[in-house]
Amino acid sequence: MAEVEMKVENMVYAKPRLITDTVMHYCPGCSHGTVHKLIAEVIDEMGLEGNTIAVSPVGCSVFAYQYIDVDWIEAAHGRACAVATAAKRLHPENLVFTYQGDGDLAAIGTAETIHAAARGENIVTIFINNAIYGMTGGQMSPTTLLGMKTATTPYGRDAALNGFPYKVSEMLAHLDGATYITRQSVHTPANVRKCKKAIRKAFENSLAGNGYSMVEVVATCNSGWKMSPVEANKWMEENLLPAYPLGDIKCSTLPK
Amino acid sequence: MAEKEIKLMKGNEVIAHAAVRCGCDGYFGYPITPQSEVMETLMELKPWESTGMVVLQAESEISSINMVYGGAATGKMVMTSSSSPGVSLMSEGLSYLAACELPCLVVNCQRGGPGLGTIQPSQGDYFQACKGGGHGDYHLIVLAPASVQEMHDFVELGFELAFRYRIPSMLLADGAIGQMMEKVVLSPQKPRRSDEQIAQQCGSWAACGKGRRAKRNVATSLYLQSDELECLNIRLQEKYREIESREVRYEEFMCDNAEYVLVAFGSSARICSATVEMARAEGIKLGLLRPITLYPFPIKPLQQMVERGVKGFLSVELNAGQMVEDVRLAVEGRALVEHYGRMGGVVFNPESVLEAFKNKLLK
Amino acid sequence: MKETIIIAGFGGQGVLSMGKILAYSGVMQDFEVTWMPSYGPEMRGGTANVTVIISDKRISSPIADSFDTAIILNQQSLDKFESKVKPGGVLIYDTNGITTPPARTDIDIYTIDAATECARLGQAKMFNTMILGGYLKIKPVVEMEYVMQGLKKSLPERAWSLLPQNEAAIKHGAEIIKKVR
Repeated sequence: MAEVEMKVENMVYAKPRLITDTVMHYCPGCSHGTVHKLIAEVIDEMGLEGNTIAVSPVGCSVFAYQYIDVDWIEAAHGRACAVATAAKRLHPENLVFTYQGDGDLAAIGTAETIHAAARGENIVTIFINNAIYGMTGGQMSPTTLLGMKTATTPYGRDAALNGFPYKVSEMLAHLDGATYITRQSVHTPANVRKCKKAIRKAFENSLAGNGYSMVEVVATCNSGWKMSPVEANKWMEENLLPAYPLGDIKCSTLPK
Repeated sequence: MAEKEIKLMKGNEVIAHAAVRCGCDGYFGYPITPQSEVMETLMELKPWESTGMVVLQAESEISSINMVYGGAATGKMVMTSSSSPGVSLMSEGLSYLAACELPCLVVNCQRGGPGLGTIQPSQGDYFQACKGGGHGDYHLIVLAPASVQEMHDFVELGFELAFRYRIPSMLLADGAIGQMMEKVVLSPQKPRRSDEQIAQQCGSWAACGKGRRAKRNVATSLYLQSDELECLNIRLQEKYREIESREVRYEEFMCDNAEYVLVAFGSSARICSATVEMARAEGIKLGLLRPITLYPFPIKPLQQMVERGVKGFLSVELNAGQMVEDVRLAVEGRALVEHYGRMGGVVFNPESVLEAFKNKLLK
Repeated sequence: MKETIIIAGFGGQGVLSMGKILAYSGVMQDFEVTWMPSYGPEMRGGTANVTVIISDKRISSPIADSFDTAIILNQQSLDKFESKVKPGGVLIYDTNGITTPPARTDIDIYTIDAATECARLGQAKMFNTMILGGYLKIKPVVEMEYVMQGLKKSLPERAWSLLPQNEAAIKHGAEIIKKVR
């Protein structure tokens, strides 16, 4: 491969300042890297580098703390919203957000998530929903679609056997303490731009003391789904998005 | 602010007052008998209006301990309290706190187990408190208060040790001490630490926002490389050895010329001190060794007693025989060691302890 | 001086708060005290009891199996604690609801018809302080001056308007307690 000389004046794109030099462990085609980038950009643009406390989950994004250059707390599986609750209450001036997948948030962490939202904690959850457990090797998660094949639903998710998937964002939107709930994706440049706006809005919402915010990002897991990145994007559009439609689900203020 | 105040209070109420007065930053808890008065008292005191302390009722003990983890990770002085079944739920969190070397205080006002058990007092969680409870090789500093005054004093001491060694402290009480009222001298109000003081004390590790720090702080216990995780473990073990050499606390009662010694902690020790008085009145040379720190355990004092000729020890516990294992390890077979206990929330009285002592050691 | 007292009756009769007033009175006179309640399911409507120890020395065990004085407010408690009074000790009981009176002859037995008296005066809430007054007449372990201080310390500020009534009840209790044998 020919050496390409990089000149500042030729640069039209750069790694965000707050993304560290650590080589990411995510699979090629995974959505995590894109969402990390958006978060790093928004924190930088809002000037929040010095007063952000981020909480990482257990799952593929367990190492999120290696990639975004802010203070992090690595939570036990499912407990990110409890960890963030305390961090925020003890540091009310800071931005506190959790970064969680569907296994961490919607299965083992359901109680912590619902109660943080119900209390109207001024925290943000970035919820990566790829309908599968990635880290442990592609098992069924609560948001796995009916019929979807995973390591623990090898014949496809069967409602009688495995129960039904549920919509986290719609469920949380019922709670008075949750004021900004939106569902986004990062599978096209337009969606990436929208997602970034949503993350910024969520951060602003929480810093304004307006209760709980969640940005759900419908995401791909091409490794877990056993597809190429391109196939995964297509499969997501055709299957996941009808089940988890994009757009703002709730924009409100806390009840008086 | 306030001068020293003498009050009549329950052990549980005193925990709340002591927490506010020593400058605690946050309490996160979930109701469970027999310790619910801790949070009830805090809510009544409204410290968020006076010292700025945060008090929050969580949705579970799992959430409480993870709130403690979150608060401790930012360098704040945070605590929770619960009773046995709730502490079982907290065990995972305690392992994380120990692994991340985060200071905090956990109060266990023990009740009878196993299972849902009873709300009556017990000391059945000695193993859980002193030998881990959660997964992995870790210890907590375990303090065993035997009076309402010590419930007060050990809150501050627990925090002090927790921050000195970056380790979770546990106050291992029981329903009897929690529910009992005694005279207590409340300490004067201390201010909470300022952000600058926290930065000075915890700046190298607290994940409270980078601020002007060049390097970010991360609280994590994930080490996928085994050799790295072993390094953490070695460091932890070195710390535990240091704690074992420096922080042993105990009290001797009439041990000077004792031929036999009762070993008991917490409410059992109170009961046993009456037993000792009764035995002395009968001319029996009985003493009492009360471990104040259950971890680190007072091994040397026991060994010194063996060396000066104590013939036997009776470990008196409200359980089936847990601390007795540590007494036996300390004594190394050089004197007789027996156990006497009641279980399931049944509490022995001084008379029955004396009878057990006679049966087990004098015969 | 060391006085070990058991106070036992139904939940709601003011058993625990009577014990607290007594214990706080001891604190005010600079004695050592312990107040150890039963806190089992009985505190939710069934029987309740509390052990109060007042001493001029450090109190070793807050848990006792025998008592200098038993203050008994229902039959179940009488059945349970009559045998636990030390020989030469004191048993005080309210006759209301007692079907089988105490039988021991080696202890001093007193009755106080506080329930009837409170009903007559229309002051049901003064029941426990009236009994306390009776007890203190028989066993003046704490001086009255300190009892009044302890009473005030035990009551929440919102109940301080009831202090004169309680004081009167304590004095009245001292008048109506009767020796049985």
